[in-house]
Amino acid sequence: MIIDFFKYITKLVFIVLIQLLVINNIELNTYINPYIYIIFILALPVTMKPWLVVSLSFFIGLIMDTFSSTPGLHMAASGFVGYFRSFYLEFACSKEDYEKQISPSLAKKGFAWFTFYTFLLTLLHHTVLFYLEIYSLSEFFRTFFRIITSTLFSVLIIVVSELLFYRNKESR
Amino acid sequence: MRNLIFFFYKYYTFILFFTLELFSFVVLYQYNHYQRASFLNFTGGFASGFYETVNSTTNYFGLRNINDSLMAENARLRSQMLNAYYQNGFTQTSINDTLYKQQYEYISANVVNNSVGKRNNYITIDKGKSHGIKPDMGVISSNGIVGIVTSVSEHFSTIRSALNANTKISCMIQKNNAFGSLEWNGDNPKFSSLKYVNKHVPLNTNDEVVTSNFSMLFPQGLPVGKVYAHSIEAGDNFHGIKVELYTDFSTLKNVYVIRNIFKEEQETLQNNLKGDH
Repeated sequence: MIIDFFKYITKLVFIVLIQLLVINNIELNTYINPYIYIIFILALPVTMKPWLVVSLSFFIGLIMDTFSSTPGLHMAASGFVGYFRSFYLEFACSKEDYEKQISPSLAKKGFAWFTFYTFLLTLLHHTVLFYLEIYSLSEFFRTFFRIITSTLFSVLIIVVSELLFYRNKESR
Repeated sequence: MRNLIFFFYKYYTFILFFTLELFSFVVLYQYNHYQRASFLNFTGGFASGFYETVNSTTNYFGLRNINDSLMAENARLRSQMLNAYYQNGFTQTSINDTLYKQQYEYISANVVNNSVGKRNNYITIDKGKSHGIKPDMGVISSNGIVGIVTSVSEHFSTIRSALNANTKISCMIQKNNAFGSLEWNGDNPKFSSLKYVNKHVPLNTNDEVVTSNFSMLFPQGLPVGKVYAHSIEAGDNFHGIKVELYTDFSTLKNVYVIRNIFKEEQETLQNNLKGDH
């Protein structure tokens, strides 16, 4: 239990550092703002208690808010991901997955399943995040376009990074 | 009572989710509307310290550009010095007078964190409360305006950059003093738009846009940018003006925070007026 706790904290710190030091500095365009830190929430074990998933989601959102001067913004968005994740998993995972206590990943669930899962929850996260950020409906379609492009980019980064880790495990 | 306990037991995840969401919305709303940045004052010092460590290592790569911009600024300031002018008069009466009184003070600072690609961009600088910076002060670079201070901790402050949906800066066209509001539409960090300039005002491309005298944050006449394109939509009362900004936000390193010494006096006066109605 304690070992699990330290494992998650290390992973959280690593993912936050990647987001802050690498991904946030991409700045290709105002339409491409990928946020990949929700991979932390996506990859939590399916059997983890929902209240713990929700708490951890808010916690990683709080950390992101602290470092990007936007109180409440990332917290609200990643909280939604944490809450709705368990509903989607109940629907999309078999009993076997729950018995084996797997963590959703590309290696365990396959390319199509994982990409769709990532896309759906990333889209939810980005929709909440970008509309809350602009805080009005005055630029509805421009924001919508920004959500779509950013989501595609985030999913691409998450899936490619999963592929790399997948390769590493295979070759060992 | 048992039903109530059962209800809480059954829906505790939802209740947790709902409470935390509510909390985030309240914090977000307060921050957007009242600039009560207590949250950031609480957490900001830690984050800024982190960014300063990162910045102190990456800073070396940009030293050449910083040098160039400082040299250019030095040259411009030197050309404004008194001894750069040929004195064209015979007598010069020096009056030990009270006509001029300093209104603005400048505090120089370094940028430790910055972004240009988001819809709402923020800048962190390495000067804070202990250097005399307070929320709602204007910030400029050597080329043009940068933004407005939103929250300060002991040694750092956060600036809402001009590239932010919530930043509106009062500006005017220099040649005819027609005023408008500078707002960023989120497309390109090199351009911003000047809104609410009446359509009867004559305009040309390359007209200078400067800060107006309505703003308590910036001295009048600071360079902001120049008119890049302008148009009038049918049925619209205002020009649509695209302004090319002088400040290059993506390479921003040195900024100056402006302290308006008379600001409190002006604010008290204007608040008294409001009480009359």
